[in-house]
Amino acid sequence: MGRLAVREAMWAYLFIAPVVLGLAVFYMAPAVASFYLSLTQWDGLSSPSFIGLENFVELAQDEVYLRSLWNTLLYTFATVPLTCALALVLAALLNTSIKGMTAYRTIYFIPVITMPIAVGMVWRWLYNSQYGLINYVLGSLHLPQPNWLFDERIALMSIVIISVWSGIGYSAVILLAGLQGISQNYYEAADLDGASKIYQFFKITIPLLGPSLFFVLVISFINSFQVFDLVYIMVGRNDSLLDATRTVVYSVWENGFKFFNMGYASSQAFVLFVVILLFTIVQMYFQKKWVHYQ
Amino acid sequence: MVQLAADSLKRRSGHLWVHAVLLLGSVFMVVPFLWMLSTSLKTYAESMQVPPVWIPSDWHFDNYSKVLETVNFTRYYWNTFFMTAGRTIGQLLLCSLAAYAFACLRFPGKSIIFVAMLSVLMIPSQVVMIPSFVIMRNLDWLDTFYVLIIPGIFSAFGTFLLRQFFMGLPKELEEAAKIDGSSYFGIYWRIYLPLSSSALVSLAIFTILASWNDLQWPLIMTSEESMRVLSIGISSFQGQHATDYPLLMAAAVMATIPIILIFIFFQRYFIEGIAMSGIKG
Repeated sequence: MGRLAVREAMWAYLFIAPVVLGLAVFYMAPAVASFYLSLTQWDGLSSPSFIGLENFVELAQDEVYLRSLWNTLLYTFATVPLTCALALVLAALLNTSIKGMTAYRTIYFIPVITMPIAVGMVWRWLYNSQYGLINYVLGSLHLPQPNWLFDERIALMSIVIISVWSGIGYSAVILLAGLQGISQNYYEAADLDGASKIYQFFKITIPLLGPSLFFVLVISFINSFQVFDLVYIMVGRNDSLLDATRTVVYSVWENGFKFFNMGYASSQAFVLFVVILLFTIVQMYFQKKWVHYQ
Repeated sequence: MVQLAADSLKRRSGHLWVHAVLLLGSVFMVVPFLWMLSTSLKTYAESMQVPPVWIPSDWHFDNYSKVLETVNFTRYYWNTFFMTAGRTIGQLLLCSLAAYAFACLRFPGKSIIFVAMLSVLMIPSQVVMIPSFVIMRNLDWLDTFYVLIIPGIFSAFGTFLLRQFFMGLPKELEEAAKIDGSSYFGIYWRIYLPLSSSALVSLAIFTILASWNDLQWPLIMTSEESMRVLSIGISSFQGQHATDYPLLMAAAVMATIPIILIFIFFQRYFIEGIAMSGIKG
């Protein structure tokens, strides 16, 4: 290397050093440590004692944990398709060059930026079975008035509704950007051939929207698997409902910071990490079948 | 001519239908916020009235002062503000510096380091939660601003976002500056940063949003009342005043208003930034 090249490299290392070292210390090292801790029994104070795969064997029989895994899957498979489908419809409607598009976009986006804890508080109040607005409206329409948060059969779905409400705007904005990138020529040609709007939507829009739709799906799945804030604020202090709504991250937090089973909590987090990873790999694999990059 | 008029009529009635659906959806989006505002101005008795009242008979702004008196809300505000500002300024500086090196400079190991950095994006936050807690405890950082700010100033996402933007800037700028004898830092500071304001604003918005609304990290790393951030402050406030909805809603309004205002003023950047991350990703 010449003297100038060495000088350039020295400066480059200096520039990247803070971020690279910071990420190594605060993200990579803890990730590795977490894997080791998942093989130990540890109360967080004494030194961790190595117990091999015992935590994972215990997890496979732990009904509370298995239920939390099941709840997380239910939550995810309810939230993601609902959010994406509604966001797709919303994006398609916003893409019709109507007046006031920006205003609508703002309105649908405000829930996205609002603090989840505050959103949860407001919805707790909306869901209130006696004085809440939702049951009042349902009652005046002579519809059944469920006990949203205190009926263990529907408590998780009540949280799904909030997540869908607050997530539509985000996905819609990404999908809208994707829609705006599709050339009008395709639609004009289809119009000339007399193809219906619905047919055009499925045969032109969906395939060409592939990359954006794929991104939205992957991000929504990853985020949904990690849901915590809403469970914490909606039912966190109500033990009788926790069985029906406890998610994996909630369980990790509980085990780690309420019961101080830090080794066990690490193994729970590790299982979730593997689930997310497998899921993302499967999606990556299947994208070849339906996503076409222009 | 008749055909054109018919077409435009058809399009307008089509738009009418679109407006109807969008408006109906907007009602669902807006009602929770209106309900929050309306409740926050009611008396306790009025909030329990059936059928519910939309416009309170008297506007009880004293609910807001009651919240400020019962808990140390100004302290939570200040903590949240400080955490948000620290993380945002830190990320803008460090990420842009690293992004410049990754985008414009040549050095051995560049692609390996870059890929290793991106692998951090794959690590879910709860995986690092427990070891991070131990690290922070050993550093004696628990319940300090160090723990709230410093781990949050290193961002793989931010570095990636800015690097993509820098790659799109014309190379000639750098060549010209080199001939003028500018140092690498000079090129970064005087050429790349000023040209990247839109990308920097987008990153700032992402960071502000994530920090202001953050719950998990401060929940684990702080326990003292004086170090509470807004999300923790209002959730423990809910624990104390489980059914006093006017007070709870006043607290929720105060916690969310700053971000909603920032959003309304800078929404173009929010939307562009998010759309950009979607396309690039």
